[in-house]
Amino acid sequence: MMPTCKEVSRLVSQGLDRRLGFIERLRLRVHLAICDGCTNFKKQMEFLRKAVKQLGG
Amino acid sequence: MSDFRTRVEGERPYLLRYASLQLRDRHTAEDVVQETLLAALAGEAAFAGRSNLRTWLTGILKHKIVDAIRRASREAPSAGGDLMEELFDESGHWRDMPSAWADPDAALEQKEFFAKLEECLARLPARTAQAFMLREHLGFETDEICKELGVTATHCWVLLYRARMALRLCLEQNWFGR
Repeated sequence: MMPTCKEVSRLVSQGLDRRLGFIERLRLRVHLAICDGCTNFKKQMEFLRKAVKQLGG
Repeated sequence: MSDFRTRVEGERPYLLRYASLQLRDRHTAEDVVQETLLAALAGEAAFAGRSNLRTWLTGILKHKIVDAIRRASREAPSAGGDLMEELFDESGHWRDMPSAWADPDAALEQKEFFAKLEECLARLPARTAQAFMLREHLGFETDEICKELGVTATHCWVLLYRARMALRLCLEQNWFGR
């Protein structure tokens, strides 16, 4: 079964905080391959991380 | 040496802004900055030979901020989460599909962008913001953040997730677009 965008957004976020399990990574990859919205979301999360690191520096 | 004192005092506005952003409480921010300046003046010898006063002071301040967060960590539980309902429908699809942000790296060159980012951070619930800043700005690992805030790992991930969702939405609405 395909994960929903909601679940994928949660996994993308957790992927920034812990190492995801094999199944989680697989589900994520399969979903991202076909979902532009979540792919954009993932890029935005990576950008957010970069931006906050530079804050107030 | 009063010259050192003047230079340290000159960094107060910067430190205050930095602390206010992360603590979200003016009084606590003033307290930690005061502690930092006192510690700096007492430790002038430790600074000797280092190149950048601001960097050195910010390093001290970060420790004071973590201490303050630790002290405050038993307060208010986190606020509820209609945010997820706002973002996803019942079947878990985006209500509003994220579209690509135009040239986000260009934003990193702009002061106004960071001012907006700070505004967005200021809108987060205090605890959510603290967890997020510990993680993303101060670079703590999740298990350390859990310890500081006295929450479980799962709750910690939820706080970080909410922070990111809210910040993304805020930046999208106020900077990237629409």
